[in-house]
Amino acid sequence: MVALTHEGLAPSRSAPVRRSPPKSFDRIFRLASFGSALLVLCVLAGILASMIYGGWPAFREFGFGFITSSVWDVQRDQYGAWVAIVGTLSTALVALVIGVPISLGIAIFLTQLCPPWLKRPVSTTIELLAAVPSIIYGMWGLFVFAPLFARFVQIPVSNLVEGIPIVGTIFHASVPSGVGILTAGIILAVMIVPFVASITRDIFDQIPPVLRESAYGIGCTTWEVVRHVLLPQAGVSIIGAVMLGLGRALGETMAVTFVIGNANRLSASLFDPGSTIASRIANEFNEALGLQLNALMALGCILFLVTFAVLVMARILVARVNAATR
Amino acid sequence: MTMNDVLTPTKMAKSQPWGRVRRGRYVADRALKVTCALFTALGAFVLGWILLMLIVEGVSGFSPALFTQTTPGPGTQGGGIANALVGSLILTFLGIAVATPIGVLAGTYLAEYGKGSKLAEVIRFLNDVLLAAPSILIGLFVYTLMVQPMGSYSGWAGGVALAIIAIPVIVRTTEDMLRLVPGSLREAGAALGAPLSTVIMQVSWRAARAGMVTGILLATARIAGETAPLLFTALNNNFWFKGNLMGGVSNLPVMIYQFALAPYQNWRELAWAGALIITMSILALSVVARLIVKRDHVR
Amino acid sequence: MSQIALNTSSAIGQSTADAHAPVRIAMRNLNFYYGDAPALKNVSLDFHDRQVTALIGPSGCGKSTLLRTCNRIYSLYPEQRADGEILLDGQNILSPSVDVNELRARVGMVFQKPTPFPMSIYDNIAFGIRLYEKLPKSELDGRVEEALKKAALWNEARDKLRQSGLSLSGGQQQRLCIARTIAQNPEVILLDEPTSALDPISTGKIEELIEQLREEFTIVIVTHNMQQAARISQFTAFMYLGELVEFGPTNKMFMTPSKKQTQDYITGRFG
Repeated sequence: MVALTHEGLAPSRSAPVRRSPPKSFDRIFRLASFGSALLVLCVLAGILASMIYGGWPAFREFGFGFITSSVWDVQRDQYGAWVAIVGTLSTALVALVIGVPISLGIAIFLTQLCPPWLKRPVSTTIELLAAVPSIIYGMWGLFVFAPLFARFVQIPVSNLVEGIPIVGTIFHASVPSGVGILTAGIILAVMIVPFVASITRDIFDQIPPVLRESAYGIGCTTWEVVRHVLLPQAGVSIIGAVMLGLGRALGETMAVTFVIGNANRLSASLFDPGSTIASRIANEFNEALGLQLNALMALGCILFLVTFAVLVMARILVARVNAATR
Repeated sequence: MTMNDVLTPTKMAKSQPWGRVRRGRYVADRALKVTCALFTALGAFVLGWILLMLIVEGVSGFSPALFTQTTPGPGTQGGGIANALVGSLILTFLGIAVATPIGVLAGTYLAEYGKGSKLAEVIRFLNDVLLAAPSILIGLFVYTLMVQPMGSYSGWAGGVALAIIAIPVIVRTTEDMLRLVPGSLREAGAALGAPLSTVIMQVSWRAARAGMVTGILLATARIAGETAPLLFTALNNNFWFKGNLMGGVSNLPVMIYQFALAPYQNWRELAWAGALIITMSILALSVVARLIVKRDHVR
Repeated sequence: MSQIALNTSSAIGQSTADAHAPVRIAMRNLNFYYGDAPALKNVSLDFHDRQVTALIGPSGCGKSTLLRTCNRIYSLYPEQRADGEILLDGQNILSPSVDVNELRARVGMVFQKPTPFPMSIYDNIAFGIRLYEKLPKSELDGRVEEALKKAALWNEARDKLRQSGLSLSGGQQQRLCIARTIAQNPEVILLDEPTSALDPISTGKIEELIEQLREEFTIVIVTHNMQQAARISQFTAFMYLGELVEFGPTNKMFMTPSKKQTQDYITGRFG
């Protein structure tokens, strides 16, 4: 081992005076960044905590029956979430049934069929659809769509299926005003299409082109490429995209409030008005006091838990294909 | 072999006829193509329909008074939406002013400091969940947090609610844009002796500038149209903003909600005019936001 | 001697190595790990003042890793660590008490891919100066000009100082990065394959530049190109699989290497 002597090492030239930037700023910056990130966590936890805190009296008062009871009587201070829950789930279901195929169709169009000059306008259209505020969809739904729906769909269909056992009940319009569960579901479908379509398009874009090209190369038609290559490859992530759409549909407020009719009774017909959790809260919260307020908070709690579960599942599923195709 | 033989290849194998291809394949293919195109056209159609509706119904309510007078009380004739416009601007600005520093710093943490950290992964995941959370629940949260303790509706609560909606958007775009900055650029900054915060602020942020601004603009467009969270926090009133944010602040979305369903003709007209203004502003903002990114890429 | 060795030796530069020049950086028993995997094994090496030392060896031999220990740029990544000693002016720069940022201002680095910052040419150069010195504008202007002149970029850039650094060509960008490093008046300049991403003309310009810079700075250069090493360096270190195989004056290394492995690499038998 070479002995280290000072004489062997070069003395530093008269080095310029270097003044270090203050260490503390670096540390503060890092702390601020970390704190901000934690804040996101805290907000989410806070939302859950405040819902539970606000809703607790209602849960305590009605117990588990709160979820299954379909009574919502402000006079007698009796509340049950069942009508709102059913409304939320059925509108979301309608929204998915109508919205998912349309979204898939648009995504397939954008990635497989669209000529290059059309890509940008179509993408922009989808983005603009996503940017339109919820309340505007509500107004469109109520003032433009509903009257047309009542005249051209509700009345004819209701007359058509009158008397038929199950179908007749589902499509029976007692008061054909155009609003109702089905209308709300349709408006929701329109609202979730931009989201699901653009996520699905991103998923398709991530599939290596080589897979598609090899399928086309052996003579597959577009339909076959979609069916046998794209959809299986995207697989689980499409379900994730659908669930993101579901999450959106569950929590949508203003558009639904306009077109759902806000009824407190449960009805078997899709043409009848109903309620969703979000619309119930939006309608009654500002005048609510005491136990009603707690009941509404409890509704919010249920909505939060359901939406949270759906969104977490969705994210996990979408992340799968990101990891797989990388 | 003569030239002739080469030019007239009679010795070539007789070409086999094509096998019969199932008709069904092409029918299905055709059906798919038509359906997809139709669905896409449907989307464009709906957008056009909505815009048309807004223009038709909203333009009739346009007049100078729209921008100068306050919202009318029940039964009062005429009126405008000036206070709602101003109030919305204030609330949106407040929301973005609170959300931007928090969102940018949080996104910076996730991209620069938190690489590989399990906590960062969790935060990123939950941020995406918050991004899609129903905005009405956020309104309820802020109600519990601020309105109840403070005893009244307030613009502060409204601003905070909007900020909570905007933060996840900004976090996401900031993180995504910072991740695109090549590591070599960071190393070059560090190699000159710059501490990490300087590298981030003067190199990374600068490089990701366009994308980050886009994120902030998109967040603005998102919160400008939000109604549900304001229902329980800032509510709405018929008065000018008085310099004090307590007691509720007049704003467009809630005003539209209240006036559109009202029995008064002039109220409904104002609601439509407001709807037209707010939609056009948001769409314009969205388009501009994306243009910024395009332009910077070209450069 | 093989044709390759002949070509290389004919490329050997004019200047001879001055083995009596004081040692600027001394490495002793340096080990480096990526996680648990060792990348450098017990390396001991001297870099002499105002000489160009080239690090050569096949891919993966650890030459870039070695270079990156000299300014502790690896500290940015928590899973990378080094132990041993690297003495710069008597101070062990691997010790945790050393201010890493100040170290990096004294030991500058230029990377393989040109990395101009997204700012004007002027601001690119001024960036490093502003970090540590508070200068009035006129003095700052002078320092920027000086750095650009030393990097042989002044004439091409003098009219474009306010334009973005990204508007320069690849070779110019690399010279900008060199100017940026020089502006801080470092003691040592580390070059990590600085010309491998450039065309031959730019490469030639930068090699000329290195010759000039040598008069003022101690230079360590990692290069894949043996002819380049022969052209511009006074000392050469040959590395293989994380170990220092041989080190010595360039002309000796290329003409009469002591180790067979060195000879095999130089004559192109592997690598």
